[in-house]
Amino acid sequence: MMIFVINVIFALLWAAVSGSFTLLNLAFGFVLSAIALYLLREQTGGTGYLFRARRILSLFLLFMKELALSAWKVATLVLSPTMNLKPGIFAFPLTVDRDFEITLLANMITLTPGTFSVDVSDDGRFLYVHAIDCSDKEAAIRDIQNGFERKILEAFR
Amino acid sequence: MIDALVIVDYATNFALVTLTLAFLISVIRVILGPTLADRVVALDMLVAIAIGFIAVMATKTGYHLYIDIAIALSLVGFLATVALARFVVTRGARVKGPVKKGPSRRKAQL
Amino acid sequence: MIEFLLEIAAAVLLVVGALFALVAAFGIIRLPDVYTRMHAAAKAGTVGSGLLLLATGLESQDPAIFARAIAAFVFFILTAPVSSHLLARAAHRAGCEMAAVTVRDDLAEDDLAHTKKKPNQTN
Repeated sequence: MMIFVINVIFALLWAAVSGSFTLLNLAFGFVLSAIALYLLREQTGGTGYLFRARRILSLFLLFMKELALSAWKVATLVLSPTMNLKPGIFAFPLTVDRDFEITLLANMITLTPGTFSVDVSDDGRFLYVHAIDCSDKEAAIRDIQNGFERKILEAFR
Repeated sequence: MIDALVIVDYATNFALVTLTLAFLISVIRVILGPTLADRVVALDMLVAIAIGFIAVMATKTGYHLYIDIAIALSLVGFLATVALARFVVTRGARVKGPVKKGPSRRKAQL
Repeated sequence: MIEFLLEIAAAVLLVVGALFALVAAFGIIRLPDVYTRMHAAAKAGTVGSGLLLLATGLESQDPAIFARAIAAFVFFILTAPVSSHLLARAAHRAGCEMAAVTVRDDLAEDDLAHTKKKPNQTN
């Protein structure tokens, strides 16, 4: 089931990138993505993909909202005459442990207000995050844990 | 009711002027940038602005093929930044002036 | 009417996107160290160029071109954090100084503890 959905998404992506939504082109994209998925058959697998689609959508919407907010925050910071900066790097203890989830979380942190992921510790337990306002480390950690990390856990567990 | 195309025309001209300003300001950082990493950040920004330029030109001229060029440029810019990041690691931060003594100054290989 | 609204939306997106790009450039000049500059480049810059791409898609009023603009936008948003994250890590490993106003650096402390434990560790 999951493979089928990914297959359909890939076919739509192919149609989007090649720029024509004709039936023939969609079918061609479907065949191409089927070949690609066949090559990756060891990494794919599992069911219940459709069930999670709604949560993934809500994660995506949250992400878009935070992206707009973060651009706005950077803009107001840069344009304020006295830049009140307290930058710093803090260690964020990770609850998610799969590589894919860590990557997603790191990318989302980068595009959210005032924070920016710098490095992951070698054992994968800490994410080092650079924040423009690092005066309150605990509050920053709590924000990420209650926001994106919880959403990611909901969507992919 | 004003013709919408006139408004879009004004908007594209405004965007072109603003992007030119942004481009020049980023070039200042490329020239000044005390460390190599600063220059790479500014170059990354230049690529982003160039993509914006291409998008605006697609609107202005009506050749929507330009969007494909923007996709290709974003791919090239991403690869260039990745390669330059490796270069930053291997070369290290050479900067004139006082040098911070610290653990992160060790020679590291990616 | 719907064409009119689309054109107006595209015009607004063009202006806002260009202004975000300008703000990002200002940030690159004004902010004190390489890490804070990356904040400006990775967020305001990405949003600026992304909005310009969206405006192009809206203005064309053609589903195929709009889909391509969306694909470009998503691709841009996916690659920007990866490249700037890689760059930040490279800068920190190369030992780029942080600004004088920096309040804490957990990564450097943990690096110190790590190198004491395993002196010949390479990554």
